[in-house]
Amino acid sequence: MNIPAFQPSMYLALVPVISLIVVALLVLLFDALWDEEKRRNLGWLTFGGILLTMVLTAFLSAPASPSLVWGGMLRHDWLSFTFAQIFLFGAAITALLSMDIPALGRRGEAYILMLVSTIGMILMASAADIVMLFLAIETTSIPLYILAGFFGKDDKSTEAGFKYLLFGAMTSSVMLYGLSLLYGFARTTSLEGVAAALGNFSPGLALGTLVLLLVGFGFKVSLFPLHFWAPDVYEGAPTPIAGFLSTASKAAGFAVLMRVFLTVYPSLEGYWPMLIAIAAAFSMTVGNLLAINQKNIKRMLAYSSIAHAGYALVGFVAVSELGVNSVVFYLGAYLLTNLAAFGAVAVFWRVTGTDAIADYAGLSRRKPWLALAMLAAFLSLAGMPPFGGFIAKVLVFAAAVQAGYIWLVVVGVLNSIVGLYYYLKVLNEVYHHRNEETEGLPLPITAPQGIALVVLSLGIILIGFLFTPFFNLGTVAAAALF
Amino acid sequence: MIPLSWYLILAAALFSIGLYGVLARKNAVAILMGVELMLNAVNINLVAFWRYLDLQTVAGQAFALMVFAVAAAEVAVGLALFIAVYRRRGTVAADEIDLMKW
Repeated sequence: MNIPAFQPSMYLALVPVISLIVVALLVLLFDALWDEEKRRNLGWLTFGGILLTMVLTAFLSAPASPSLVWGGMLRHDWLSFTFAQIFLFGAAITALLSMDIPALGRRGEAYILMLVSTIGMILMASAADIVMLFLAIETTSIPLYILAGFFGKDDKSTEAGFKYLLFGAMTSSVMLYGLSLLYGFARTTSLEGVAAALGNFSPGLALGTLVLLLVGFGFKVSLFPLHFWAPDVYEGAPTPIAGFLSTASKAAGFAVLMRVFLTVYPSLEGYWPMLIAIAAAFSMTVGNLLAINQKNIKRMLAYSSIAHAGYALVGFVAVSELGVNSVVFYLGAYLLTNLAAFGAVAVFWRVTGTDAIADYAGLSRRKPWLALAMLAAFLSLAGMPPFGGFIAKVLVFAAAVQAGYIWLVVVGVLNSIVGLYYYLKVLNEVYHHRNEETEGLPLPITAPQGIALVVLSLGIILIGFLFTPFFNLGTVAAAALF
Repeated sequence: MIPLSWYLILAAALFSIGLYGVLARKNAVAILMGVELMLNAVNINLVAFWRYLDLQTVAGQAFALMVFAVAAAEVAVGLALFIAVYRRRGTVAADEIDLMKW
């Protein structure tokens, strides 16, 4: 395996990272220059900077053919490109949603932590070397620990950061032990080199390292049985951050999972798809069953996000181009949908200060537009046509059927029905119940929140109707791994 | 010369002790110390593999250095979060930080 020598064109692979660093430095500068009142505008700066980064990435960083860059540390291909755009979009929306939450949106460090975490995610999706992989995962996680515990005066938020850090540090150490064994027995740190050397491993050792890595990756995507942190962290974390955790951070975990398993462990394809299929079946079932009785909407969305990690993995067990394509599509659609759901929750929380599902009664009379955005988001989460979530579910189930995992698809479809029940329970409160006390009270939506919700709602409907271009991008991205 | 396997057994033992500490201890600071033991086990692994099998490159040493740096960052963030929790509740016992469950 040859690693190309340095060329100046390799900087093009790093365009999104460099651009985000510049944005972070600008935020740091203006954070010092502006006073408390003006600091809210750091959100606009972050949002604009990330949009510019997306455009620059699209024009400068589109890969020609898959290539290893920077001494084999990164692999510049369509998969990393597609995931980079997904993360950037998620971070931009999170910045908008954070702006009007006083203890979050007026603090420059919140935006910087978001940007640094996004840099880590972009590197995660393109890492082609064990050392880079580890460093990227930690660059993503450590800022997120701080963000989860960002409300230092709030008992739930500090508890969320506390638990997230403890579980995260433990699972990443377990994963790191697996990585050290891979390095030692393969005598190289490049993923392709490890894959080539895997034939010399005893089967038990190879499978053992796989399980150790799966602990770390499973934590990031909140896969059963490593899901138990998610409800507590999502409930306690600031709402926009919970949205970011459940979408972009989860997508980054999937990017790493797919790249590492398909690059390093193709020789074990007799074993791990079944392991992942079982984990996916349990994630869907456990997530959906525990979501039914939740009283807190963020906690319900957390259990639903565990279930959605299971749905997305249904596509991956197929181990085919269609499978990877469907996972990428699913994660894109889920990002739009879940950010819209958490966005609506953030808007409601900012005014009312409550996350209880019962308090959503009569929302459709109080603020019809917010109710409509929730309708789109929750029906898309439930997988109803014509929203994006429907197409995404069809694709992952199709990939699994094609690979012969009929039982898993049956489990998935049954779980979708369970899911529909609790999503409709929320919509029942929003549309059907009335609350005379709150009916006339105002529920203002600020400009950035409005923009975010409109973009997300339109996006959910758009990819439900016009999915071909996104599907084609997913096809190109998936081809990079085979 | 001491065979490589001795180092690997030492690392595995240290890792297991660390994991036991993480799972069994109640105090968050002790849990973090368990994590540190696990990371040190990884470092022993990395440096031993490098010394015995991969002397031509510096990958193993560089990896171990990265692990140091990241572990330091993780502990800094961890202790900051523990202090935030301690200020609110006066305890960092993991089983008493249970405002949210089920």
